[in-house]
Amino acid sequence: MDLSKLTIAAIRGGLAARRFSAAEICAEALRNAEAENQKTNAFLRLCPERALEAARRVDAKIAAGEDAGALAGVPVGVKDVIVTRGVTTTCGSRMLEHWMPPYDATAVERVEAAGGLVIGKTNCDEFAMGSSNENSAFGPVRNPVALDRVPGGSSGGSAAVVAQGTATVSLGSDTGGSIRQPASFCGVVGVTPTYGRVSRYGLVAFASSLDHIGPFGRTVGDAATLLQTVAGRDPLDATSAFAPVHDYEAAIRQNAGGMRIGLPAEYFKGLNSETGDRIMKGVDVLKSLGCEIVDVTMPHTEYAIAAYYIICTAEASANLARYDGVRYTVRSDRAQTLAEMYEFTRGEAFGAEVKRRIMLGTYVLSSGYYDAYYLKAQKVRALIASDFARAFEKVDALVTPVSPFPAFKLGEKVDDPLAMYLSDIYTITGSLAGVPCMSVPCGATPDGLPVGMQILARHFDEPGMFQLAASFERAGGFTV
Amino acid sequence: MKITEQEVRSVATLAHLSLDDAEIRRMAHDLDEILTHIDKLNELDTSGVEPMAQVLYEAGETATLREDLPHTGFDNETALANAPLSGAGHFKVPKIIER
Repeated sequence: MDLSKLTIAAIRGGLAARRFSAAEICAEALRNAEAENQKTNAFLRLCPERALEAARRVDAKIAAGEDAGALAGVPVGVKDVIVTRGVTTTCGSRMLEHWMPPYDATAVERVEAAGGLVIGKTNCDEFAMGSSNENSAFGPVRNPVALDRVPGGSSGGSAAVVAQGTATVSLGSDTGGSIRQPASFCGVVGVTPTYGRVSRYGLVAFASSLDHIGPFGRTVGDAATLLQTVAGRDPLDATSAFAPVHDYEAAIRQNAGGMRIGLPAEYFKGLNSETGDRIMKGVDVLKSLGCEIVDVTMPHTEYAIAAYYIICTAEASANLARYDGVRYTVRSDRAQTLAEMYEFTRGEAFGAEVKRRIMLGTYVLSSGYYDAYYLKAQKVRALIASDFARAFEKVDALVTPVSPFPAFKLGEKVDDPLAMYLSDIYTITGSLAGVPCMSVPCGATPDGLPVGMQILARHFDEPGMFQLAASFERAGGFTV
Repeated sequence: MKITEQEVRSVATLAHLSLDDAEIRRMAHDLDEILTHIDKLNELDTSGVEPMAQVLYEAGETATLREDLPHTGFDNETALANAPLSGAGHFKVPKIIER
């Protein structure tokens, strides 16, 4: 059995035909993960006992002739910002290095209820803040496609474990592009669903109005199946949506012919030419499928980064106030007073990027600056959302690049935070508007570095998005 | 300069974050660059635009209200399990009131 080639459907077929057992898949996945991790550092922790126990439950159900679930026997990686009961959840931070969550995230619960095997927790930028996975306190992840390059971030580990074949699918989180950008850098499918489509209960909060949980897979179908499993209303997250969850498997069987696809001019400026070439080749594939290509304009795009870095840092400064040296395992040894306990614990245990964002967020919310920064940013967010609303009056989906350039070398951008922020330009707008969006592989540069094409759709139109992505995949778009 | 080292120090106090002198210098430089980029927002006239605090889509106004029923939470031991310092069923912190 070559796990790196198996889709969810192939695992289902193999289990049904008794070609292998869930316990065998699990053992193989854990062996692979240990070996691959020497190269990529993509897993922070494996959880063999938990995964093997889940596998035994699946095998018992199959032996009893019961339905073992949509993810039966499927090895799943879970980003280490998503809590797992009894398995440390570090958020890539010294602050939570030893923190043992007393509960499971709703998404994790749903994966395991469907027979999924959580084999390990994946590396990420500290508290999901970063675009290269170099901000992890436990060392960067290396891109399995090119080991001297970053996997993207912040869900770099979740993208890498799927790309290297140790997990069939994985869960990541996306606040401004943290699923789509690493998916594009590693050459896999990454989906940021509509805001509220997946419960955030158990997702360690970074910027609550922007945080999403979403799936990675090597195929559109696998990512869609994982989303199908975790999506839907959860009373434990008041922002989770009541909207019924559509049948994604039915959607991916549809062909995209006749769909109207918008190309926003603003997303094709300032683009690395090799990336641009691949995306235009991808657009040719969409044309050959019978899609109608329409030019659209999104005039507020250039303001998205400024608005985003005000909103996300403001929310982060509030959310990360909870790490106070009282409840989360770490407290500074030097602290004599209560104030020192807060200041030294936070000063010692947070990394540079987290400190930068807490400081920016505290600054923009501080007395006298609220209107100039936070309120202004929320108004600009409304203008960006209205760009999308207007575009979706004319088209069914938008197609853009994911990142202006492919995976860069480790260390290449680490000293220039603003340049790193500016590279999020194409993913941030969809996050601010809360629309579903995804990255699909779209060929590679002459150096063999993967390029990702972004598809964005209307709120809750994951079916339309998957329909387009799956048609693109069937037409060979992944390797244009 | 959008922000001085002195201002960085007072923001750090607000954020309960200790930063050493090298971090303060670096932070002033980085925040200055980012705030200069953020100034771009002033090019936009946003008068009459409603601020967007949360992603909006069609839903009934009280759709997220649930019945107020009691349920079981964490027991004391579980809630304290991750405390760096606890005792007698409580979180312990440095003394703040002198007797």
